Amino acid sequence: MVNSKYMPLDGANAVAQAMRQINPDVVAAYPITPQTAVVQKFSEYVADGIVDTEFIPVESEHAAMSACVGSSAAGARVMTATAANGLALMWEVVYIASGMRLPIVLTVVNRALSAPINIHCDHSDSMGARDSGWIQLYAETGQEAYDNTIQAIRIAEHTDLLTPVMSCQDGFITGHGVERVGILPDDVVREFVGIYQPDAYLLDTDHPVSMGAFDFTDYYFEHKRQQIDALERAMPIIEAVGKEYEALSGRPQPIIDTYGMDDAEYAIVALNSAAGTARAVARQWRAKGVKVGIVKPRVFRPFPAKQLTEALKGCKAVAVMDRAVSFGAAPGMGPLFTEITSALYVEGITGPKVLNYIYGLGGRDLVPPMVDSVYQDLQATAGDGNGQVVRYLGLRG
Amino acid sequence: MAKSQAPQAGSSWQDTAPGGIVNQPGSAAEYVTGTWRSMRPMRDLAQCTQCLICWIVCPDAAITVAEGKVVGFDYDHCKGCGICAQECPVKIKQPHAHTGQMGQVIQMMPESDFDE
Amino acid sequence: MADRIRVNLRDIINEEERLSPGHRLCAGCAEPIVVRQIFHAISDQPVIVASSTGCLEVSTSQFPTTAWRVPWIHNAFENSATTIAGVEAAYNALKRRGRIPEDKEIKFMAIGGDGASYDIGLQFISGALERGHKFVYVCLNNEAYMNTGIQRSGATPRGASTTTSPAGEVLQGKTQWRKPFTKIMAAHDIPYVAQTAPHNYRDLMMKAKKAFAANGPAVLNILAPCPRGWRYNAEQTLTLAKLAADTCAWPMYEVENGKTVVNYKPREKLPITEWLKSQGRFRHLLRPANAQLVEEIQAKVDAEWEELLKAEANS
Repeated sequence: MVNSKYMPLDGANAVAQAMRQINPDVVAAYPITPQTAVVQKFSEYVADGIVDTEFIPVESEHAAMSACVGSSAAGARVMTATAANGLALMWEVVYIASGMRLPIVLTVVNRALSAPINIHCDHSDSMGARDSGWIQLYAETGQEAYDNTIQAIRIAEHTDLLTPVMSCQDGFITGHGVERVGILPDDVVREFVGIYQPDAYLLDTDHPVSMGAFDFTDYYFEHKRQQIDALERAMPIIEAVGKEYEALSGRPQPIIDTYGMDDAEYAIVALNSAAGTARAVARQWRAKGVKVGIVKPRVFRPFPAKQLTEALKGCKAVAVMDRAVSFGAAPGMGPLFTEITSALYVEGITGPKVLNYIYGLGGRDLVPPMVDSVYQDLQATAGDGNGQVVRYLGLRG
Repeated sequence: MAKSQAPQAGSSWQDTAPGGIVNQPGSAAEYVTGTWRSMRPMRDLAQCTQCLICWIVCPDAAITVAEGKVVGFDYDHCKGCGICAQECPVKIKQPHAHTGQMGQVIQMMPESDFDE
Repeated sequence: MADRIRVNLRDIINEEERLSPGHRLCAGCAEPIVVRQIFHAISDQPVIVASSTGCLEVSTSQFPTTAWRVPWIHNAFENSATTIAGVEAAYNALKRRGRIPEDKEIKFMAIGGDGASYDIGLQFISGALERGHKFVYVCLNNEAYMNTGIQRSGATPRGASTTTSPAGEVLQGKTQWRKPFTKIMAAHDIPYVAQTAPHNYRDLMMKAKKAFAANGPAVLNILAPCPRGWRYNAEQTLTLAKLAADTCAWPMYEVENGKTVVNYKPREKLPITEWLKSQGRFRHLLRPANAQLVEEIQAKVDAEWEELLKAEANS
């Protein structure tokens, strides 16, 4: 294990540090709040010669991902970053990147999708891309965002995966929030990520390949089945990379992070920074003798169904907190709720009552009293059940 | 589609290249487009001046070349578009070896004249 | 410069065909003629190609085969320029890092149809030009969205009948004039921009050589007559390309470092009616009721031709 050097960094700058140490071959990026600091900081590294990355200042996010596809297919290690409508704008190329099995690493600094335009944090952007075939990692803190970014390179480029990775953190809350972040030594990161050595790449002009072929009905399904297969094989690879990273950094990299779940009766499931707020409240409840817990998935794609059902099966009541909405979905309308309840059902776990809390849309703050109210609700629900599955935290009226 | 290209009934999704990468350059040449023809170009080789214009204007690279000379047509791929006959600049002095007509070195004949 | 670039077919007749036969482009399609001529113009160097979605792309890349004998990538419709910019950036990065030999020269070409270039991809080309990537953008211009069934594009000439601008009782084909794409490209102040067509292989190949030798991005806007979409008999493809030049419907010119050279001035400039008569997509314009429109079209052709000649004189 090596010691990290602790620096005061906001989440965006923490990612920029990781990118500096990775020193990818190419970065193609376009600014959008709240990702801007990632690319701005990285541009400073380029200008100062601290990295020798080829930086392409593209003219839109669609162009960013398009250029990333070109660079990655050419044989380069490539990274980029975006948020919200930037991710939405590059949507067709996001699918193309995974369909072409290109190990691109994208940082998403989670921000609400327009309309109305809102530049603050929610998960509608990355949740909107959950079907795209990308691996998705979520980070509660700038530290986790830094750690995930480095691991993302190894996960994406693994020869059995060759699948792009989306590494997410909360816009403004951690993106702009300064924390104490442990940075590994440069040479340790360099050695950890190694050099990208693809088998087939465009710049290998002695062995011409055609990429992005035209599939008729007789091949498309099989190519998609291969993508499914890759995501099915991804979890053990993510775990292995996490173990290797833990050995280096001393920081565990669980697939799901849990607090109090050994004997929790009431549990909250949440992604990113809200899990931190909820955990602080959970500690207070524990101190009062109530058996509460927190489950925070670090990996959302592939979906950690086994890990989640295992953690939640003994609970009396579970609150799944979603910072994104799938409009029209029922009975719950958040993506995390829908996938967790589906996993519980398939495992035959019918014990816990599960509620879906929609919170934090458009950056609406999640404060501890709201979390208190959730645990109170869970206690009431466990008792006699209250038909209302979907509840809102911090909504007026 | 050529038999070699069509997915085999017993094959599995695992047998195909992930991401749809094709690592056999020019493998499209296996596909026979000659069956598209309703007209076939014929060259009077003796009267051909080897200007090579037919070669540079063929959409399908179907002008066969040997030792720096155009010698014939790749009838597996020639689609019978007639551009070579249209662009051939050389007026023949004797009747065409294949059509018996005057005109250019390359002339089109109905594909149905050729039973293969 | 034009005088010093000679193309001798005898020198290149034995070269490998980088676009193989067996592709599914229509009989008589100009696109593979253009691509072959370009490849033979730059045969001395490796080239990587990015294609936009379109006739050329779908017809040459039907999995599990490919007609391409060079590294080739298709990404999406609008972004071939950006895709090849990404490839070029990777090349620069890997060269700088010693993973590609210092002396390894590779050329980069993006190919898009007029729909991909004039319309949906205009931003992407513009951005790549602004950033100065060293690549050649080739617009294969058949003046409509042909692959999806002959719909109008920004390149469709005024009055042309397409499936989304059909000649009907009230409207007589496309009501708008063409977007001046070549001028827009030249306005980016890039080293080399040219219009050409495949009937004159010397002109096309000379321009391809110059484009790839340019010290920065270059754009070739190449007329590619389409038998299906323009409605004429397939063997006329290059005859029509020449007619386009002879009527000044498609001037052959180049802008090299801001200097305009008109490469072909027809000895006898033919009336635009010759052009309109030659293809089914303009047939309705020959009706007496459309005489006024034909006059406007002729006036526009003449004005653009005069403007071009003036630009040459002022260069």
